[in-house]
Amino acid sequence: MAERSFAKEVKKLKMGAGETFRGEGILAVTKALLENGVGYVGGYQGSPISHLMDVLADAQEILGELGVHFEASANEATATAMLAASVHYPIRGAVTFKSTVGTNVASDALANLASGGVTGGALIIVGEDYGEGSSIMQERTHAFAMKSQVWLLDPRPNLPSIVKAVGDGFELSEASNTPVMLQMRIRSCHVYGQFTASNNRPPSMTVSEALENPRRDLTRIVLPPATYLHEEEKLTRRWPAAERFILERGINERFGDPASRIGIILQGGMYNTLIRALNRLGLASIYGDTQIDMLCLNAVYPLVEGQILDFCEGKDAVLIVEEGQPNFIEQAIGHMLYKAGARVILQGKGMLPMGGEYNGQVLVDALGLFLETHAPELLPVAKQAVNEPATPIPDISAKLPSRPPGFCTGCPERPIFAATKLVQEELGPHHISSDIGCHLFSIMPPFDIGATTMGYGLGPASAAALRNKDPKGKRSISFVGDGGFWHNGLTSSIGNAVFNKNDGVIVIVDNFYSSATGGQDILSSRADNPTKTTQNPIIDAVKGMGVNWVRQIDRTYDVTLMRDTMKEALASDAEGPKVIIASSECMLNKQRREKPLLARAARDGKRVVKPRFGVDEDICTGDHACMRLSGCPSLSVKDTGDPLRDDPVASIDQSCVGCGNCGEVADAAVLCPSFWQAELVSNPTRGESRLARFAQRIITRLQARREASRIVFQ
Amino acid sequence: MNIQTGKPAPRIARRSPGPDGEGIITLAALAVGGQGGGVLTNWIVEVAEENGWLAQSTSVAGVAQRTGATIYYVEMCRDTGRQPVFALSPAPGDVDILMASELVEAGRAVMRGFVTPGRTTLIASTHRIPAVSEKIAPGDGRTDSSAVIKAMGIAADHVVAFDLEALAKESGTVISATLLGALAGSNALPFPRESYEEVIRRSGKTAEASLRGFRRAYDCATGAAPPPQPLAEDKAKPALAVPAKLKKPWQALEARLHTLPTEVQEMARLGLQKVVDYQDIAYGAEYLDMIKQIDALDHAPFDMTIAAAKYCARALCYDDILRVADLKTRSSRFRRIRAEIGTTDAQLLRLTEYFHPRFEEFTTTLPRRLGRWLQNKPGIAAFYTRHFDKGRRIRSSSLGGFLALWVVSTLRPWRRSLLRHETEMAHVRDWFTTVLRLARTDRALAAEVLANYRLIKGYSDTHMRGLSKFARVMGSLSMLEGRADAADWMRRLRTAALADEKGKALDGALTTVASFAKPG
Repeated sequence: MAERSFAKEVKKLKMGAGETFRGEGILAVTKALLENGVGYVGGYQGSPISHLMDVLADAQEILGELGVHFEASANEATATAMLAASVHYPIRGAVTFKSTVGTNVASDALANLASGGVTGGALIIVGEDYGEGSSIMQERTHAFAMKSQVWLLDPRPNLPSIVKAVGDGFELSEASNTPVMLQMRIRSCHVYGQFTASNNRPPSMTVSEALENPRRDLTRIVLPPATYLHEEEKLTRRWPAAERFILERGINERFGDPASRIGIILQGGMYNTLIRALNRLGLASIYGDTQIDMLCLNAVYPLVEGQILDFCEGKDAVLIVEEGQPNFIEQAIGHMLYKAGARVILQGKGMLPMGGEYNGQVLVDALGLFLETHAPELLPVAKQAVNEPATPIPDISAKLPSRPPGFCTGCPERPIFAATKLVQEELGPHHISSDIGCHLFSIMPPFDIGATTMGYGLGPASAAALRNKDPKGKRSISFVGDGGFWHNGLTSSIGNAVFNKNDGVIVIVDNFYSSATGGQDILSSRADNPTKTTQNPIIDAVKGMGVNWVRQIDRTYDVTLMRDTMKEALASDAEGPKVIIASSECMLNKQRREKPLLARAARDGKRVVKPRFGVDEDICTGDHACMRLSGCPSLSVKDTGDPLRDDPVASIDQSCVGCGNCGEVADAAVLCPSFWQAELVSNPTRGESRLARFAQRIITRLQARREASRIVFQ
Repeated sequence: MNIQTGKPAPRIARRSPGPDGEGIITLAALAVGGQGGGVLTNWIVEVAEENGWLAQSTSVAGVAQRTGATIYYVEMCRDTGRQPVFALSPAPGDVDILMASELVEAGRAVMRGFVTPGRTTLIASTHRIPAVSEKIAPGDGRTDSSAVIKAMGIAADHVVAFDLEALAKESGTVISATLLGALAGSNALPFPRESYEEVIRRSGKTAEASLRGFRRAYDCATGAAPPPQPLAEDKAKPALAVPAKLKKPWQALEARLHTLPTEVQEMARLGLQKVVDYQDIAYGAEYLDMIKQIDALDHAPFDMTIAAAKYCARALCYDDILRVADLKTRSSRFRRIRAEIGTTDAQLLRLTEYFHPRFEEFTTTLPRRLGRWLQNKPGIAAFYTRHFDKGRRIRSSSLGGFLALWVVSTLRPWRRSLLRHETEMAHVRDWFTTVLRLARTDRALAAEVLANYRLIKGYSDTHMRGLSKFARVMGSLSMLEGRADAADWMRRLRTAALADEKGKALDGALTTVASFAKPG
């Protein structure tokens, strides 16, 4: 079950020709796939392309009607390998994942796919997670396109251009027998806009038809001597075909006045920001009308040499607007110009920052400098100098606490890391390997746990070298999520540790979903899923891999048990990895699932218990030890209003879901007794009510008696 | 993030309008995850479209879902038949309307250059959602809000700022509704109020509450209604109930309050009430004796005596099991929790308390001699730890659970004879003797040493850590006494001690003190 329901969006997928589609960029791509007769779709979820996967998962019915096969791949390599269906068969296929982490995983399959080439259009939609808000290392997809020689589209970030790029991509792929990558930048994935829909088109050949009529062509298989032929074919046939297609179909766009003495060559994805910068400099209208000559590269790889040289012909200076490093486009263009003996001055990095996202101000500054240097007459007088006195704004940055993402309210992973913190307080610091996923938030305060993160499912693998000669000495602790475990951790981390007799402690954080990417089901999910096989226990897989020491904890909120199990693992004499499977359902998904059910049950007169925590503020002393072991958003500080007290006390707000972590932590760490758990029982049983009334009568009497004989606050 | 290249100041360049004077309006909203920033953005886009405008929005959704800070961005333009080129992210110096759903996020927007003098309308909620780093300090780690509010006033062209979260709560809705109301009321967008309300009305079953919140915020933004007052605690202060037979001795104690300087009386009254509530009338008298001794050495403005009134109450009312059991079994507490949870008569409320009494707590709650004797029996300690040292869940709403706590709370009259009391009072005596000695020569330093009792708090390990920090701060007295800046340094040491759990900041501060002061 994904975090969001896409019932509304699925309806949009059915739109016919002439209707106006409104929605996010990534949904527009989904619709465009169906309009272009795609035969099968796969992929691995992750920001910013998760919605594409989630929408298709909810759209099984319409996919079935069209004869389109969809599946959620085990990882990005699986997804890319799936495109093998387009090698021999004229079926259009598309897969999607986030880049560059997904592209890394996909590389092996990508190289093989690119070598043999494709018959049906093969499109890889990569969600480029680069710039502000990115959750991954900053690298470029462009490098993958170049090394495997697959083509890379980077369309202008508006819905009509993006939708067009999907169709262009399939055709380019077929025209050049080469897979094509369609790069979607993080913001164009989430941009809300509109385009005019076309009718959906069933695939010209379905995957079922392919199975019934299998084909095989030895020259497409990656094995010598065919591989040498593939290399030659790439250079002599496929590349020129791609260039021809790009030129003939006008994939790259020319804007402005071709006679302009200066020019700008830009990645399509940079177009909107660039036009805004020109507009702010008085050189473009809000509709993009401009005198400056521009070559907008909607296909950034390959570059068509003739087109580039033609553009630069007769110009004094050309600026390359290319985000990210290395500056492959600028290098390639420089190389072309040099070989052609061109005299035009090439500008790019230097005037523009070497790295980082190119936002509005960056481009205003760079363009301003470029124009001042090479065409000062173009720059309106008013824009040439700073014409407004700057108001000095006090620097308050030191007073602004940062707010990194963290665990949600009631998250079952928090107690795991509270326990780890307690273990370290007792036994001293340990080397801890982290992994990708929500659990990586443990590296942030208040937990401050974890030394490295090497890749999805590679937490335990990244502790492989850290072996202690002293069997009684400290051991490494490593984490991997259930998502990472199935993605590749089972072999790369668990299998590897078993095989090499690694004695480290491995904690598998099992929250029933691939939570960080939006709560998709995985092999070990506990939910029933009509199109997937779920409920495959992690413990069986781990034991099957040969792990002898395994502990399953079915309620991670039991901090004491969690801590003691970790201590036991760190001290155990057993050979090989010590694996702890810490399982509790992702609270975000649990609430989404249970809340409506409980509300309905309460309405129907059924007995419903709703837990919540609170703090006795008279007992809380304002030390905040609980927060150093929790960090729950619903647990915060507040003023008491009591002049006798200096420090704010702990307070739990309405958003508390009553997970129990506060009480468990207070217990395990022997904190203060100020936490209480309230259970609100709706529609209690009769006996229960009677007993409660009886107890209340006696309690009230005792209270009244005592309060009558002493001075007391009331 | 951009790589800093040490370039000159950013070029100031404003957008040029279209041929008919139509301009793009840019709006950025900074929100904390879970605040409904996506809903707000969708509403704004719909309002623009409702008025025949073109609009585009973007966000980076992944971060927002996990409580991080994130930015939503909207651009809109009057529809002239051509599609404008909308930008996809806010640029410094290029934002017309900046909305912030929390005060620090507003400050962050200012620091990121999204609030431009003479241009930007800043719509912000002034409430705070403390970040984790602010919550985990052992003292008060919260940031100084006033500096943010001041910077907002300087940077923005027009500020609409009040507690939109409080308004949302009052209206039974969430902050996205009140933010939209403040936006509509700010008049920064050329759209009529009705179009906003129409869009909200279409938004489903929570529309009524959203509309209430929207209207409240709208009225506050236009000045038609006063904004909510900052943080008036909604609950009434607990009153001291004095039974008839104790009226007289209590009045005698109260009368003694009037012999104190006027400046001190307020704090001393609070302290006296707390001490009497904690133990009894005689304890109150002991408390007043302490204040009196300090008062005798003080003169206007009586800062030292005020500090004594505050911290002696604190010192006398140490946190022990008796106190916890007493507070947890009070009728006022059950009433408060019922109100906080919002229980109806048809519903049952079950309460569970989390306790973890270790051997230390057990022995110190025994009579002096017995407790000390047991403490010297490692065998018994081990036996206790093995069998009893574990978390206990006590259901205080059931008869059994309540009675267990009740029995502990009835030990109160015997508190003075318990081992814990002896230890605590020895500690208090030491401290107070030091204060009295210092009060004769350096009143400011004495006041700071009084305030050091703030460091002692919590239970078990937390309490031990507090005691050790207190001891270390007090240990610096030998280096500081006699110096003109002694009080100032004592205050700094205490602040450092409260900065982090392990006392790293305190280590640093103590090293600094040692570097300039020779041990006396």
